[in-house]
Amino acid sequence: MVVTAPAQSGPEDLEMMWRIRAFEEKASELFARGKISGLLHLAIGQEATAVGVCGALQPTDRVFSGHRPHGHAIAKGAETGRLFAELAGRRTGYCGGKGGSMHLAAPEVGFVTATGIVAGNLPLALGAALSSKCRGESDVAVAFFGDGAAQTGLFHECLNLASLWQLPVVLVCENNGFAEFSPLSAHTVVERLADHADTYGIPTETIDGNDLTVVRPAAAAAIDRARNGGGPSFLECLTHRLRGHYEGDPTLKRGAAARDEAKDPIQRFTRFLHDAARSAELEGIEVRVRAEVEQAAEEALAAPWPERDDLLTNVVAQP
Amino acid sequence: MPRMLYAEAVVEVLRRSVEGDDRVHLMGQYFLGLTPHRTMVGDLYRQYPDRVYFPPIAELGYVGAGIGAAIAGLRPIVDCATASFTFQAFAQILNEAANIHYMSGGQTSVPMVIHYNHGVRGGGAAQHSHSPQAMMWNTPGLEIVTPSNPADLIGLVLTAVASDNPTIWVDHVRLFDIEGEVPENIEPIPFGRASIPREGTDLTIFASSWMVRRSLEASELLASEGISVEVVDPRTLVPLDEEAILRSVAKTGRLLVVDECHLRCGVGAEIAATVAEHAYGDLLAPIRRLATLDVPVPFSPPLEQYVEPTTAKILAAARSVTGVQSGA
Ligand SMILES: Cc1ncc(C[n+]2csc(CCOP(=O)(O)OP(=O)(O)O)c2C)c(N)n1
Ligand SMILES: [Mg+2]
Repeated sequence: MVVTAPAQSGPEDLEMMWRIRAFEEKASELFARGKISGLLHLAIGQEATAVGVCGALQPTDRVFSGHRPHGHAIAKGAETGRLFAELAGRRTGYCGGKGGSMHLAAPEVGFVTATGIVAGNLPLALGAALSSKCRGESDVAVAFFGDGAAQTGLFHECLNLASLWQLPVVLVCENNGFAEFSPLSAHTVVERLADHADTYGIPTETIDGNDLTVVRPAAAAAIDRARNGGGPSFLECLTHRLRGHYEGDPTLKRGAAARDEAKDPIQRFTRFLHDAARSAELEGIEVRVRAEVEQAAEEALAAPWPERDDLLTNVVAQP
Repeated sequence: MPRMLYAEAVVEVLRRSVEGDDRVHLMGQYFLGLTPHRTMVGDLYRQYPDRVYFPPIAELGYVGAGIGAAIAGLRPIVDCATASFTFQAFAQILNEAANIHYMSGGQTSVPMVIHYNHGVRGGGAAQHSHSPQAMMWNTPGLEIVTPSNPADLIGLVLTAVASDNPTIWVDHVRLFDIEGEVPENIEPIPFGRASIPREGTDLTIFASSWMVRRSLEASELLASEGISVEVVDPRTLVPLDEEAILRSVAKTGRLLVVDECHLRCGVGAEIAATVAEHAYGDLLAPIRRLATLDVPVPFSPPLEQYVEPTTAKILAAARSVTGVQSGA
């Protein structure tokens, strides 16, 4: 039986957005304290795309993310404790400390991998969709990527392949208007990235990616289409990151806080739920989730480091 | 002599190249990576807005365009930022840039420079820590420069820009904070001439780029243990100054190669083979190679320490090659 993706969103989605926000704010703090090293890209302000899409997926659907992956992993069901441990390079992390922030992987919950190579995840998602299709399974594949990724050759090759082979894949472009430090207009004259998908005959929508009540039904429709043999979809989610490109960015300049807050997906969805007379269900969510995340971080930092012998394992799969 | 940071020397040589030849155009904005130094190039970019291009994330396309521009009269300096991103452009670098001069029977040349920052940088993990020098070296038609200090950087890049061949300019973000003397009227440094930043009699250490700094640090410590090390910095891998290496090994009788490529088929393998072929009779001990171990570079800080050639590993390897006990 083919399942229908939920098009509704409710307090549990607010909770998930808070979980991601709390996780990333904590990660930022740990980075500042030197407990997390390397490149750390936060998606604070972009939680609605992760929760909107992943909340409409089944556990066996496969997600492929990029260099800003924490929200996607958490929304797909990864445990914050094992994610913190991975970010901190501990043995108890999902990848045993080998991957770090940009290379998270929690395949047991359908978060197959993240990649540090912009657009490197797109063909992988296509391949997963191809495998589902060939094996007669109903699993859908999703790739999350940014507006910068849409300038790569790989992106255009993948649109063509996905369309040509009618793959059950949903391509989710989180268009935050920036690739590193330069605006989209410095990278392309194409204003609507969804136009690219149009060219290849892929059903597409450009939506307010910071409004969960918009992202969820759009994602559900795309996922249902893929699962029912309708082929690929492209979702251009217009969003806004409230932080610099990476933590520790010395040139970080962001606009007035007030302007940013109006775009904050958590505040917007909270207001929506209040307006829907569901205030009572929201009580204590933020406090509870922050406490849970705090605890997860603490445990992660108390976990052991990998050992020297761990270095040499996993290079190739053993029979 | 004035002193300069390596990062300042990067900006200086870009400025001199742009000012010295109108055919020189810059593509890319991460010559100084994502380090705090990266804004230092800003003034140069503002001064020459029509000779600087900030490409989108399209390495294959823009590096290829650089190759085409070089064929047709420009002398582009194209930046790929992190070495791992050059893989996105390999099809154009290895198949087009490296082959065109030969395939055309010498009619067409590709006078361009391709820049990247290689190596273990602290948390870069498997996809931001590559050292592709050996992969590039296995491709005839490319020149490869591997500076290790500010003065060499300026001299070598001036030669790279003047060269009629595609030249890979290899930097390491850990070099940016190194300070060094730079002569006022620094001249281009000819390719294929190694430098000997430290002379010694017991052991030759061959090292390039960032590993020169680590080898020099280790040599200082080894001197206090009575081991006299000579450090050979090739400065360019292609062309390679074989003579300088063989001369040094003839003097010391022992060779340790320290390199950040992976061990198998790495730079160290090539140097070891060269010495084994041409100077077998001079060797008093087996050649030793220290390289990045043959696993993808791990993220976790302690694992990263285990994977790379550290100063401690250089010390241990040097003691073992020379037969001197640790801590002597
Ligand atoms: C192939 C490749 N080139 C360059 C980079 C360096 N880089 C990392 S993130 C990034 C910008 C990506 O922008 P976008 O796709 O819009 O994602 P966002 O950071 O906005 O989430 C760049 C250029 C990379 N990781 N991979
Ligand atoms: Mg972006």
